[in-house]
Amino acid sequence: MRAGAFGPLRQWAIEHQIKVGSYLGAADFVPVSQAHIMADTESLGEAGVAWLEGWTRLPPDQRRVRIPTISDPRGTDFAAAARLKQQPWMLEREQRAIAVFEALGVLMTDTCINYQTIMPPVRGEHVAYGDTGVVIYSNSVCGARSNFEGGPSALGAGLTGRTPRYGFHLDAHRRATLLVRVGFSPRELDEWGALGGIVGRLAGDYWQVPAVVGVDRVPTSDEMKHFGAALASYGSVALFHMVGITPEAQRLEDVASPTMHTRDVGEADIRAFQQSYTRDIGAVDVVVFSAPQLSLIEMRQLADLLDGRHATIPLLAVTSPQVKPDADRLGLTARIEAAGGTVLAGMCFYQSYAREVREANGWQRLATNSAKLTNILGGYGYRPVLMSMAVCVETACAGGRIGP
Amino acid sequence: MHYARAGMGRLVRGQALVAKDGFSARYDLDRVRGVFSRPEHKLAGQSFLGRVLVLDAAKGGVATAWMLHEMTARGIMPAALVLNAVNPIMVQGAALADFTMISGFDLDITAAIPDGALVEVDPGERPCIRVLA
Repeated sequence: MRAGAFGPLRQWAIEHQIKVGSYLGAADFVPVSQAHIMADTESLGEAGVAWLEGWTRLPPDQRRVRIPTISDPRGTDFAAAARLKQQPWMLEREQRAIAVFEALGVLMTDTCINYQTIMPPVRGEHVAYGDTGVVIYSNSVCGARSNFEGGPSALGAGLTGRTPRYGFHLDAHRRATLLVRVGFSPRELDEWGALGGIVGRLAGDYWQVPAVVGVDRVPTSDEMKHFGAALASYGSVALFHMVGITPEAQRLEDVASPTMHTRDVGEADIRAFQQSYTRDIGAVDVVVFSAPQLSLIEMRQLADLLDGRHATIPLLAVTSPQVKPDADRLGLTARIEAAGGTVLAGMCFYQSYAREVREANGWQRLATNSAKLTNILGGYGYRPVLMSMAVCVETACAGGRIGP
Repeated sequence: MHYARAGMGRLVRGQALVAKDGFSARYDLDRVRGVFSRPEHKLAGQSFLGRVLVLDAAKGGVATAWMLHEMTARGIMPAALVLNAVNPIMVQGAALADFTMISGFDLDITAAIPDGALVEVDPGERPCIRVLA
């Protein structure tokens, strides 16, 4: 492969992987069964799209991925782009990127909740996933083995069928470095996200592995999703253990390490985290449910909350292309949109030219129940507010005023 | 001189911009204007163009793996990145963009390098950062 016998694209891929693996101390490669590519066109830019297009001129046997390779959310929902006031150049760039990935043999699943909708990995399965929320859920809840694989490296893994063996592919890196004793079990999804954000800040960097004790019940998949996504976002953390719940930590002794230090997190910390975003904001311009994409259960929760109500400011609900047809079939999309909401599929709000969308729509103050989204959007010029789904809906139906 | 555990790219010189804070191209930067834009970031409002960024840890999601390449193509880039702790995304992004980065020190590098100092980053055989003036 390094000599170019399988074409220049696979040659680039293996050289890229060797460069990354050498930096991070990988001794060899590990075969992977799936790859997941994050490649929204805001991140790619014109340079990234043009670089990818160059490879599509190769014959199919030289350009197509070798293992099942799926895509993270795109930068738009073409059916609703006008409502977001996205510009034609954004859509044209998206179409070019989609054409590239199709030519490379990527399955355009356009989702960051593949562990809920496509094919959850199994314990011990080595994969090359490329969305932090996907990686942390797969590692922690499923017991799979992946590092954060950014777009180039996930593409490399798809092309070579392997990835450098470092980090969370190795037993040694999966032991806890931080014990978090939780004195309050969250109830709402935004509280799970707040807890994830707090633990992420305590952890501090990618190589830390928190072990959480004290959660008084088994969280649902959506609760784990919000907890993990926020933990990965605030801390760049890729693996957590929840003792007695997640598969590698049936007992604390299963994952404890001698150097592990201990921190306590209580309800006051979660409230302070939430209030740090609501301070001095009396009203919002838009409500967004996204990051991660909504499950079918979340779509139903939102439809139930909106029944008989009407949102008088924009309310966006972003889900996956796999959930959307079921939401349509079950009448959830119609219920949300009858109440003034907009259902978007196959995209993610922050991956969709969030700065330009803000400027085009005159939005600044944004309410969401996603702690991950609150962490990201400040840099895009938003003032994000973290609230429960119910309070977000109340706010949308009160013209944006945060009550009471 | 402070030695790092790993490095890639080429030898560069530049003025250090130092903070005990994280780095993510998506979370922290206005990549059009070339400034740190996340209000909570300790470098909020400061230009990163041509500076040697000396920061604590790689943060955030996976977008930086593409964004360093995209920023390099437009010339809206720091000169180099010097971190106490990397994540794989920074390494993958630097590899694609052929960008200079070193990481992993025996001390807190953000406390060791004065903000505004002229520094040299050498990612070669023994990766290191030197204060020149």
